[in-house]
Amino acid sequence: MFWDPRIERMPEKELEEYQERKLKALIFRVYNHSPFYRKRLKEAGINPWDFSGLRDLTKLPFTKKQDLRDTYPTGMFSVPISQVVRFHASSGTTGKPTVVGYTANDIDMWVECLCRGLVSCGVSREDVVQISYGYGLFTGGLGFHYAAEKVGATVLPTSAGNTARQIELMKDLKTTVIACTPSYMLYLSEYAYKTGVDLKETNLKRGIFGAEPWSEETRKRIEEKTGIDAYDVYGTSELSGPLFTECTEKCGIHIWADHFLVEIIDPKTGEQVGEGEKGELVVTTLSKEALPLIRWRTGDITILENEKCACGRTHPRIMRILGRADDMIIVRGVNVFPSQIEHVLMQIPEVGEHYLIILDREENGLDVMTIQVELSEKAEIDKVSDILELEKRIAEKLKSVLNVTAKVEVVNPGTLQRFEGKAKRVIDRRKI
Amino acid sequence: MGEWVIKQLSVFVENKPGRLAAVTKILYDKKINIRAFTIAEAGDFGIIRMVVDRTEEAYSSLKNAGFTVTLTRVLGVEVADEPGGLYKIAKALGEEGINIEYVYAFTYGGDKALIILRVDDIEKAAEILEKEGVLYKNS
Ligand SMILES: [Zn+2]
Repeated sequence: MFWDPRIERMPEKELEEYQERKLKALIFRVYNHSPFYRKRLKEAGINPWDFSGLRDLTKLPFTKKQDLRDTYPTGMFSVPISQVVRFHASSGTTGKPTVVGYTANDIDMWVECLCRGLVSCGVSREDVVQISYGYGLFTGGLGFHYAAEKVGATVLPTSAGNTARQIELMKDLKTTVIACTPSYMLYLSEYAYKTGVDLKETNLKRGIFGAEPWSEETRKRIEEKTGIDAYDVYGTSELSGPLFTECTEKCGIHIWADHFLVEIIDPKTGEQVGEGEKGELVVTTLSKEALPLIRWRTGDITILENEKCACGRTHPRIMRILGRADDMIIVRGVNVFPSQIEHVLMQIPEVGEHYLIILDREENGLDVMTIQVELSEKAEIDKVSDILELEKRIAEKLKSVLNVTAKVEVVNPGTLQRFEGKAKRVIDRRKI
Repeated sequence: MGEWVIKQLSVFVENKPGRLAAVTKILYDKKINIRAFTIAEAGDFGIIRMVVDRTEEAYSSLKNAGFTVTLTRVLGVEVADEPGGLYKIAKALGEEGINIEYVYAFTYGGDKALIILRVDDIEKAAEILEKEGVLYKNS
């Protein structure tokens, strides 16, 4: 099923021409209406009349989160506030929040994008959609709300929290689709189980989960526990809110290329990476009016897939978010993300989930990465070789995923430092 | 399970100051007696193997303290504390194709040695040692 079959199946060539026209128009628009971008483009030596479109994309300067903070609250807006119909704001973990704004057209475009996503993962007017994302300044609740209504589904706007009532309403109103964070879904299913509700016996068929990174293992866990199909959704408040979802193929999130132009770059060098390589997602908003963004550094690490999807949609896909660019470390010239290490360790039952990455540089200049991981209390260990073989097995698995050798050290359970909130899992002792 | 089976505790410890002391202190505090004790060392870590008088209690105390503890079935062999004692049984087992994975010994009662063995086929090994008249049995 398609929401907008003409656009969603538009031949790649046509899509590209479309992007070309819109990118040129965007550069004109921001040059004329955004003092911030006019200055930026001038500094980069870009004149809208000479700008040739996609070919010149990499000449455009990046826009970063810090730019939004520096121009707080609305210094980067390209329209007068009278044309803005809504604000959203995200709480900054450090310093001031960032404020985003939408014109009426921006809201339409946002809703349209998410309608395509909802339909692509099987949501229709027959569904009852329970929205357990927070409503308010956060974009999750309202984003899903308007899109699900527009698809024609019946919306149950529970917002976040009060799990007992969520489950009661879910049963009584026969919810078929839930939208929330994956961790809340795990909590909700645990809660349901404890209170004697088997989610497999409810009408729930699908879940659309996002707003935090999650893994393929978590998908399996949710699906096995609840009997539903779990889909990934991507979007950040700067780009609008939740915008893009997986289709029923579950192999990547479709990025609607008529509204958003995506690139993958090496976060350290800023250069575009080769096809199929992982890197930071950079997005240029082709349609947004109130707060257009040129080469926005999302900070999210992923892989771009341009091959046409089996579902028939021609728009490119991004793979599951692998981690944050800020967390990236470089070992022997290879980019490594702690989330990849975590992913490997999660698949090995003899070790726990806590780990520490230690980086050293030998006298010959070679980097050595050591990964300390706690032995599980349940592991069966009687011989020295049991440990050595375990370390070897983990090291081989890591090598195949990271493309760089890691030394593995198993340590006693409970001895690695625990963190509240953001973990500091890397000790870099290299003298550079 | 025969009355000859000895349940040995294996504890994984990093080679760090205080780790070994922590293990023995847990047992000392519970007044658990260690009958046999050895450490298999490998640089960064070691595996403590021991036979104690109250195995289940020692197992749960160590586990509660966060150690990775494994119970392993091993055999005990009583021989006179004199040269050739170990050779005799190694030969008897070897002739029957039984592989000894590790062995350690300690002396007790002044003139006797108890040898602890982990083998790949514990039932068959017990039979052979029984025949040799050296199999240790729990009293
Ligand atoms: Zn698809």
